[in-house]
Formats: sequence, structure tokens, C-alpha cells
Amino acid sequence: MAREMPPEAPFAEAARDSVRFILGGELRVLRDVPPTRTVLEYLRNDERRTGTKEGCAEGDCGACTVVLGTLEGTRVRYRAVNSCIQFLPTLDGQELITVEDLQCPDGRLHPAQQALVDMHGSQCGFCTPGFVMSLFALLHNHPPEALADVPPAASARHGTGTQTRSAASVAQAPSRATIQSALAGNLCRCTGYGPIVDAAQRMYAFGSAIPQGWEQRSANKLRALHQAKAKGALALRCGSQRYFAPVSMDSLARLCAFYPQAHLLSGGTDVGLWVTKQRRRLETLIYTGAVPALQHIREENGVLEIGAAVSYTDALRSLSERYGKDLELLLERLGSVQIRNLGTIGGNIANGSPIGDSPPPLIALGASVVLCRFPEPGTARQGGKRSAASQADAPTLLRREILLENYFLDYGKQDRHPGEFVVAVRLPAPPKDLRFHCYKVAKRWDQDITAVLGAFALILKHGRIVEARVAYGGMAATPKRAHACEAALRERSWNPGTLAEAQQALQNDFQPITDMRASAAYRMRVAQNLLQRCFLETTQTAPRTRIYEELPTP
Amino acid sequence: MTRTASFASRFAAPVQATASRGASSGAAAVARPVLDVGASVPPPKGTLAQIAADFMLPQHTSANRLPAPEVVHRAMAHDSAWKHVTGQARYVDDLPEPPGMVHVLVGSSPHAHARLLSVELDAVRAAPGVLCAFSAAEIPGRNDVSPSVGDDPLLAENEVHFLGQPVFAVAAATPAAAADALALAKVRYEPRKAVLSIEEALKQKSYVADPHAMRRGNAKQALDNAPQRLQGNLYIGGQDHFYLEGQVSLAVPGEDGEVTLYCSTQHPSEVQHLVAGVLGVADSAVTVEVRRMGGAFGGKESQASQWAALAALAARLTGRAAKMRLDRDSDMVMTGKRHDFLVRYDVGFDETGRVQGLFVELASRCGFSADLSVPVNDRAMFHVDNAYCLDHIEIVSYRCRTNTVSNTAFRGFGGPQGMMAIERVMDAIAQHLKVDPLTVRKRNFYGRGRTNITPYHMRVTDNVIPQIVRSLLASSNYARRRRAIRNFNRNNQWIHRGIALTPVKFGISFTMPHLNQAGALIHIYTDGSVHLNHGGTEMGQGLFIKVAQVTANALGVSVDQVRPIATNTAKVPNTSATAASSGADLNGMAACIAADTLRKRLERFALEHLDARADQLRFAGGRVRLDARREISFVDLVRGAYQARVPLSATGFYKTPKLHYDRQRSSGRPFYYFAYGAAVSEVALDLLTGECRVLRVDLQHDVGQSLNPAVDLGQIEGGFMQGLGWLTSEELYWNEQGALMTHAPSTYKIPACSDRPEVFQMHFWERGRNSEATIHRSKAVGEPPLMLAISVFSAIVDALSDVGQAGAQPILDAPATPERILMAAEALRSELHAA
Repeated sequence: MAREMPPEAPFAEAARDSVRFILGGELRVLRDVPPTRTVLEYLRNDERRTGTKEGCAEGDCGACTVVLGTLEGTRVRYRAVNSCIQFLPTLDGQELITVEDLQCPDGRLHPAQQALVDMHGSQCGFCTPGFVMSLFALLHNHPPEALADVPPAASARHGTGTQTRSAASVAQAPSRATIQSALAGNLCRCTGYGPIVDAAQRMYAFGSAIPQGWEQRSANKLRALHQAKAKGALALRCGSQRYFAPVSMDSLARLCAFYPQAHLLSGGTDVGLWVTKQRRRLETLIYTGAVPALQHIREENGVLEIGAAVSYTDALRSLSERYGKDLELLLERLGSVQIRNLGTIGGNIANGSPIGDSPPPLIALGASVVLCRFPEPGTARQGGKRSAASQADAPTLLRREILLENYFLDYGKQDRHPGEFVVAVRLPAPPKDLRFHCYKVAKRWDQDITAVLGAFALILKHGRIVEARVAYGGMAATPKRAHACEAALRERSWNPGTLAEAQQALQNDFQPITDMRASAAYRMRVAQNLLQRCFLETTQTAPRTRIYEELPTP
Repeated sequence: MTRTASFASRFAAPVQATASRGASSGAAAVARPVLDVGASVPPPKGTLAQIAADFMLPQHTSANRLPAPEVVHRAMAHDSAWKHVTGQARYVDDLPEPPGMVHVLVGSSPHAHARLLSVELDAVRAAPGVLCAFSAAEIPGRNDVSPSVGDDPLLAENEVHFLGQPVFAVAAATPAAAADALALAKVRYEPRKAVLSIEEALKQKSYVADPHAMRRGNAKQALDNAPQRLQGNLYIGGQDHFYLEGQVSLAVPGEDGEVTLYCSTQHPSEVQHLVAGVLGVADSAVTVEVRRMGGAFGGKESQASQWAALAALAARLTGRAAKMRLDRDSDMVMTGKRHDFLVRYDVGFDETGRVQGLFVELASRCGFSADLSVPVNDRAMFHVDNAYCLDHIEIVSYRCRTNTVSNTAFRGFGGPQGMMAIERVMDAIAQHLKVDPLTVRKRNFYGRGRTNITPYHMRVTDNVIPQIVRSLLASSNYARRRRAIRNFNRNNQWIHRGIALTPVKFGISFTMPHLNQAGALIHIYTDGSVHLNHGGTEMGQGLFIKVAQVTANALGVSVDQVRPIATNTAKVPNTSATAASSGADLNGMAACIAADTLRKRLERFALEHLDARADQLRFAGGRVRLDARREISFVDLVRGAYQARVPLSATGFYKTPKLHYDRQRSSGRPFYYFAYGAAVSEVALDLLTGECRVLRVDLQHDVGQSLNPAVDLGQIEGGFMQGLGWLTSEELYWNEQGALMTHAPSTYKIPACSDRPEVFQMHFWERGRNSEATIHRSKAVGEPPLMLAISVFSAIVDALSDVGQAGAQPILDAPATPERILMAAEALRSELHAA
């Protein structure tokens, strides 16, 4: 039942004190939930669903992968996420699907499961439930067309039949790149991945009946859940810990003003680790993911605005459509599907990591960040004592917009006032003749934290650099513009001499450090070489500079 | 010759191939379908699709003693595949927790080396939820969990030897309560100077065991007389096992000092013995059970005992069940890894590249204690020859003691490092002579007669390397692609390609002969179901299904009827670790012997009571043929035998024959046989960033007559990828205080899905058959394929060799991270510019 907020909480609207979600097809209503209890802890300890495993407790290995189902219009959207770093209250209003749920009532395995058995995709089996769930999400997000369905076991038993089915599945199965991207967040130490990739293709041989049945059941359950008043704000309390999930900007602002020490939670792909790795106790969490006003992506007068709670997955298309394949590639290599499904650009910025992958390209593209807070700190407290009805005449929130490059002050320090929160990122209209490139270098191609990231936005006219904005990650305590380098480029002819001077100038911009990801010397050399790659790619036609495009020698 | 043909020629009379494990395994017999996923990618010919398809064809058999093709030599799903995909496979942490169970955590040293002045735990004990806390003083028995010489304290005493070493433990009602309480301990240290590198240990002569040498011929003289001579060195980094399931043990106390442990270990017997020692009870009071591990790779051979003993001790002290589980970071900090090695070589050779004399020094980081470092380093020495005949050779091995975690077994067990040394030598000779490294390799391959004696004086009589290489060169188009790559590199400044072929010859057997023994225990129940138990453990490698196949074959029943049961020290005692690739060789044979005993008893019963004809008696497909006209079901025969009071339980025991080794003289036959393989890898390097991609891999590997081609292919592919990770992206980084900074997947990068080569063609060596009488003439497969990935490292060196002047030696250590590759390229470029 919805009820009024506790008197001290300055909520604009009535809020529930229970988390509601679907598990195993049934409604779960949880009160007195420790806000930082992870979904994985909940599954393994409270539900005794031990199929979901802990491999790393930091969202990097995928053994804990579960799928969340949400209703988007009439369709169900399935997202693979890492249950080890996701806090339980964020399940509110969703369907939680684990490996135990997949088998059909008649005993048949889900295509994702059957294909793994058929292709010998499990050895030790510990990573397998996570792969099953990633494959489940892949299948449901790239559904096979309706075909005459053949029971999986029957189709697999006969050699010739299999050939026919697999031929059909070729047309159905997504590309190898799509499959690899879907599986990049799942580590397997036994198989070498080949049989799992084969299974990802084979599951398309089993037709569409099972996936469609799944989606239908999910949709019905989720509709029922929403009818059961699982919408609206959430306010939980467990011991001294508090969790708020406001649904309006006004409430969010009030809560932030009232609890200036509170931690804002978006995707939780960073905050989750504070709990699982650093064992920090977070007293008050304010979740931004339920505020629709932070979820928008819109373009007005050429300015692209992305709400702070938009996930990478959702932001990817509009950003890559606007700025091209380099940014697309970068965002596709950011974390994994599981991380991108939860992680937000707003969060990546707000936390100010020196090695966050989105700030350098955004800085190079001239992005600004919109911040917001409640006007007078004193009035927030009074606000809480008002009834919900009197909130209609809420004061206008204070907004300011600053250049993203000015937001990062120092390591772990940002230009964010107490009670202030990030609302959106805004990208100006791309200037004519913009050439944009960005490159990430890490030890591993997929799901690795950047050693050096270079982003280059050049306005080139007839071989001259009219304007240059260059930003790097991994080179300083914050994502940072390379002013000396830019000065060496600006209003110069784009030739090897200019390149050499600009490369040299990077030494004035940065004094990188040595750590486990790279040495200072390597970082500097790569920073210079990335500028060289940008030179090659902006001055030559089809230069050969990308190993991921190389094919084996015939 | 295709695999099909080779099988057809082996058997004579047709036998119907049937799916025998129901729907799921019927499916398993079907191929991984060959799917065309991109125009540029040729269909993967060596996949299971092709191999398994062969097994679907009618097979032939001529005699009862020959394996029935529907049971062994057949691709079958892992025994737990169905449980894996439904989440029903239980690992130790998934077992229902006994009421009142406590969680154990350890407090560890923040110093790499220090005197331990005092450990004060009163505040820990008083913390909420804590049931007990203990340090070395509370250990009732021996404070040791060493697999070898007794230098691995369960909890540190007087001195701490590495950063992360357990000093005390706390048992509490919840993991969180235990973690909170840990912080309340008062431990005083007096820091001391730490030895953190191999170089420093060598300087101080800090060793865990005496240096050891192996000699054949006269290396010094041969070096002096050689027309050409080169010296060099190579650093080879270590590797974390990164099994997905971390170390874990659950101890349940019994009566009279007894304890039962559910443990994730490759070596239940050793865990049993060490736990008994720690508790001060007889071995017979401790039972260890292992159903399965979530990966192990050598990391749960000797390294599981400490956590098992801590759980057992907590169970003893609290009287409750106790669980000790290491989270990922603790696991990586507190458990041993693959040894990193420093290699120095001095090689003399002629103009054709034939090695005339070789002096090799191997120095490895053993960490603070001996653990398994002596046999690991011995095995490194045993593999410095790899596939090459080295007439005048001296190998000296230094086992360095450092103030880092004690390094341990890891798939290959030193062999990979030894092979890396000689493959570097081969590449260096080739670059010096400006010839294709393959020419040099072929020039040095083992041959016949006088060119088949190893540095430890064992004759290599089963060598198939020249044949495998010939076949692989053809199937990979090596020569044509190599020419095209040279041309590519001349025309491209920022991307270079490289290609390399490297061979693998890997010795099979524990090099300590007494370890080569195994036991099995089989019961047949009166419903005809078979209970199979043996000393081997299941860590994902498919041992249980292989041994079940062997057993089913011997009894003439379907694999469905054979149930592999959790490994348990109460059923088969005094077992060796499931290690050294020996699992199926040893336990398969032991189970086969037990099953043969049972079958012979049933045969005797049939002859004596059912008037069966000895020459026609046959067990197959769950039926027993008595003579030309009569047959009965296996179940009926078993019931009759029970009525006649025939014992239906038997043990089997196997010891590997022919082994002898004199370690003092480094001479003898430490290996029963060798496993062989070779791989061709092609890479592309980004010379602006040092990033590397593996574009194509072709390999052929000799698994003998595979017991289960699906399982063996999985071992080859997985082993190769693990080797690829070791040599490219997996970098262990310690800071100046001796703290491991790469202790989680966010910082330690094992291969991910997209690191798999674009084209990966795997084939079994088509004429593979073990010349020794192993179980159904199969070969061990667990470790050898890992070393096929050395071809990737050599391909990277090959790509770099076109950056500098002709003949310039790329200086590249392992792992070949982007940083190492770029710095190697930069060094070559600056040499080129200086010239």
C-alpha cells in the first residue's frame, strides 16, 4: 500500500515502503530490505537460488548474470545485468529472471540451455549460468522469426536434420560481432569460448515458440505488477540505512538538499563496488533511475541532450549516429553489455573517474553538463512537512550549465555543490567540417579499463586546422584537455611538422603515472601515437591503422 | 586420411551406433554445426561438427575386447552438462548450509616480510556475531599445510613472509560480522627487508631448494667449437589460475574428533592428511569429498589445504559446521600462481641453424616456500628440449625464494616455461641467420637413431612431430602465407603481421614415479545400476564422463547406467592429485580393471550356472549374449549372480609401468610416453599502440585414440586460449611494497570472447594412437595444448622482426602486452634510425 513518507523525508509525492518485483513468475513484496543488499546475496541466501554464482563481486566476470524484464509499451525488454553489484531495491517494478526459471514447464530446456548442451559449451560449469542468461537476453533481443518449430531434442538427434536446422539458423543468428558483444561480459576459463559462440548460433535453430511464450508470460506478469501499484516513489528504511527512489525532479532535488551527504545511485556499476569491494557502509542512497525527467534523449536546435540516468545502451545509438563509428566502437567496448545496460553517462561523469571512457570524447566535442539543486537549503526541510498536495507550487529548481572540462577539478573532486546533481549532458551542434576520432588503448579489447584514451575533434578546411579540441583519459588525475597540443595544432597546416610539434606539446600537457595498467613512458608514447593515428586517418585515404579490421592472410 | 577412414580401418564388423544417454546426450553426439558467419571466414573445418559427424557413421568392431564404438571413442556431453545449464550443478558454496554454520575469514599480513611480535584477538572475539578467533597458538596439531617440505604454516608464526599471508582467523555467524571483526585485531609487526624479485633472490642466493642441473654431452666444449654463438635472456611472467569458483571448503564436525570436508580440491587425499595433521587426529578421522570444482587448472592441487584446514579448525573450535570461502581478491592475493621465470641462454649453432651446444639457466620465483616448486622446476628442465634433439646441453635451474605468495602447479607445471626458453632460442637463431624460424626448428627436430635422446637420457620412440608438422604446413598454407606476410610488412608501416609454427612435445607421467598410481571402486546394484568411484576429481575436464564411458564399455552397459559419484577419501584412499594430465590415464585404467573384475565374475557365473559358451559370451548394449541363440539382460544376469552370492563390488588398482628416474644423475625414463602437437598462428600488430590481434590459428594435436572427442576438443581449445592469455594479456603486477595490484578481473585480464582468433582450425592428429598400452590407446590431453599458444608469441616476434634491420633481435618478454610490444618496436625503430 502506498502511504505518506516519514515526516522528516521531504518527498513531493506519496511513496511506498516495499519493493515489488517478479521472481519465478510470482510477485515478491519485500519490506525492511537493507538498501545495499545485492541481488546476488538475495538470490543465493534468501531465495536459496544458488544457480547464480559469484565470480568476482565487481561486475567483471559475468558469473552472476541475471536478466531483468521491463515493460516498454507493449513489449518486454530484457536486459542482462550483473546481480553482484546491483542493489536489491532497484529491482522495483521489474521481472527478475535467473537460470532456474528457464526450463519449460514440460521439462524442455530453453534454447539457450539446450544449445549449450549440444555444443559442449560447459566444462566446469561455474560460468555457465551467467552465459545462459546472456544468451537468453541475446535471443530475446534479437528474436528469431517465427518458423515451424521443432522440439529442440528431436531436431538435434538426427544428423541430417541438424544440418537442415543449422542451415536455417544461419540466416537467423546474429553476426559474430553481435554475439561477441553479447558475451563480452562473461568470462570462461575452460572452453576458450568457441563452443559457446557456436551455441549462440545454434539456439536460433530451435524456432521462436519458446521465446515468444516467454515474452507473453513476462508481459502479463509485468502488467499485473504495474496494476498492483508498483509505480510511484519508493522510500525504504532498514536500521539506519535509507533508500529513496523519487519519481520527480522536484522530489529528487528536495531529497538531495535534505540529505547532502547522501549518495546518488544510478546504474550502480561504480557505487556497487564501494559496497562489495571497499565494504563501505552507505547510509542514505537516492536512486535516480525512476525519475522520467532524467531519462530523455532529445535534439533541439542541433543540441543533443542526454539525461543523466540514460544508460550507455540507450545513449549509444544517438551518439554514434551523430559522431560516427569511433564513438560507437568506444561505447561498445565500454564495460560489457551488463555494465552498459545499467551504467549511465551521468554516473560516469558525476563520479569523475580519471579513466572513465565517456568524458574525454565528450570534452573534445565541447559537451556541457547541466546541474540542478533545490533553491534554498533551508526550505527543503519545511517542504517535507508540507502535504503532498501543496507541492504543486514548488519553487523553481536552480539549474546551471558548465562546460564538462571545467567540471573535473582534481582527482575525486568535481564542481558539484552539496545537494546538487547532474541532470543532463548537452552536446552542441557538430560544426561543419568536423573530423572526430577517438581511440581507446587497454590490455584487452573488450571490457578493460583504459590505459590511454585519446579524443580528437578537428575542424579541417583545405588541409588547415581551423579549430582543435583534444582530450585524453588516463593521462592525468582527471579527464583533461590537452591545451598545449591544441595550440600547436590550431590555425596550422595539417602536416607532419605540425604533428611532430603537437606530439611534443603533449609533454607539456601531461605527466602521466605508472601503475598496473601502463607505465608513464608508455602512456606518453601512446598519447603521441594516437595523435599520429588521427593524423593518418584525417590526411590519407583509407590508411591501414586498425588491427580489428584486419582479416587473416589468405 | 580422414578421421572416418582411420576409424573404419581399425574395426572390422558393423555395429549399430546408437544414442545412449537419452535426449540430451543424443544431442551431444551431434556436431557443433558449421555455420558460415561471415563471408571472410572460412568454415571451421576442425570443429566438433566434423569430428562428431564421423562418429555418427556406422562403426566397426571385430572382437569383444575392442571398445564398443557407441560407448568409448564417442563424443558425449559432459556428465553434468544438463545440470550446468539449469543451475542445478552444486558447488561447495551452493550446498545447503547446516544450521548454525559459521563463516571463516582470515586476517593477513600487510607486510611482505616482518617479524610477528604479537597477535591480540580479544576485541575480535568480543565483536558481535563472532564465535571464535584463532592464531597459530590455537592449532592443536602441526602448523603446516605444505605438500612437500613442511614450510607452509597454516597461520603465520614468529614471522610473516609475504603481503597477504594469513595471520589469524575469525569465525562468525555471517561473512559481514567476520569481516567487521577482522579489523579489530591488534597485530604488531617489525618490518624487515623483503626479497621481491628473481634477480634479488639470485643475488642473495635465496632459494627454496638447491639449484639443480641436467647435462648431456659437453655443452661448454660444443659452445666453444660452434661456428656461431648467441646469448640472450627472456623474462616469462606468471599467471593466475582464475578458476571461476574461488577456493572454498565446508567442514562438518562429527563425533570423536572426526570431520567431513566438502572441498574444492584436485587433491582430496592430501587435504585429508594435512587437515588431520593440523587437528592432531588420525587420517582416518578426516573424510574429504569433492563432487566437482568450478575450475582448478593446478590451483587447487596444493593450495586448497590451507582453507580446508582453517574451516576444519573452526569447526573443531566451535563445534559447528564452518565454511571458508575466499572472495576473488583474497584468492588472488593469498594463493600461488604459475611461476614467473628468468631465462638466460648461450647457444652455439652452425650455418644451417643446427644447435651444437646449449647452456640454459632457468631461475623461477617460487615465493616464500617450496610448495611444489621442486617438481615444477624439474618439469621446466624436462621441457627445455621440447621437440628438439640437443646433443650437448647443460640446464641449470635456480628455485628462488622471494617474499611473495608461494607459487604452485598450473597447467603445464613448468613445462610451458621450459618450452618458451627453447622456442626463444630457435627464433633468435633464425633471426641471426635471417631465415624462416621454421627452417631452424625443423633442422633440430628429434629424429631416429642417434637423434632421439633427451637431455635426461630417455629415448624418444613415439615421435610424430615431423609428420604433424608436414600435415599442418599443408593445411595452413604456411609457406604461401608467410611470403604474403613479408610482402604485407614491406608495404605497411603501422600494421605488421607475423606467422609462426611451434611444436609441442610434452612428457606424460608424474615425474615422481610413485605418484603414478590410482584406485577405483565400483558397485553393481541389483537393479543393474552401476556406482562408479575413483580417485580422480572433476574440475570440468570431463574426467567423470570419460571414466564412465570406460566403465560402461567394460560392463557392456549404457553410460546412463553408470553413475559417477563424488570423489571421496573414504572410498578410494591414498590417491594422487588429479594433475599432470593423468586423470583419465590413471583412473580410467583403474576403473577398467575394477569393471573387468566384475565382468569376469559375471562371466564365471554365466559359464557355471547358465551354460554360456566361453567363446560366444559377450557383454554389449545392456545385454549379455550367452551363446549363438541365447541372450539375457545385464540386469537379469546381475540378479542371478546376486542370488548365487557373487560379490558385486570390486576395486581396481593401476600403476603406470616402465617408469624409473634417478634424480641425482638426471637420468632415466620419467615419462611413460609423450603427447605431441603443433600450431600455426598469425597475428597483426598495431605499431602505434602495440595492440595485438590473433587472426588465425591452425593446429593439430595428438590425443591418441580419443576416449571422447568432444571432451578432448574442449581441452585443446580451452588450453590454447589459456596459453594465449598467459602470453599476451594476463599480467601480474606487484608494487614496490610487494602488494599484488592485479587481484581481480578489473585489473587482471584473462582472454574474453573476442580474443578468440577469427579463424581457429583444430584437428586431431589423424593417425593418433598411443604406442603404449594406455586406456584404449588414448593420450593425456589436459596440459599439452596450452603450449600450442607459444606459436602466438613467436608470431608476435616474427611480426616485430620486420620492424628493425634484418637480423635485429626483437627484445620481447612475456606476456606480450601492448606496452611490451610497442616498446620492443620502438627499440627496433631507434636502432634502425641510428644505423
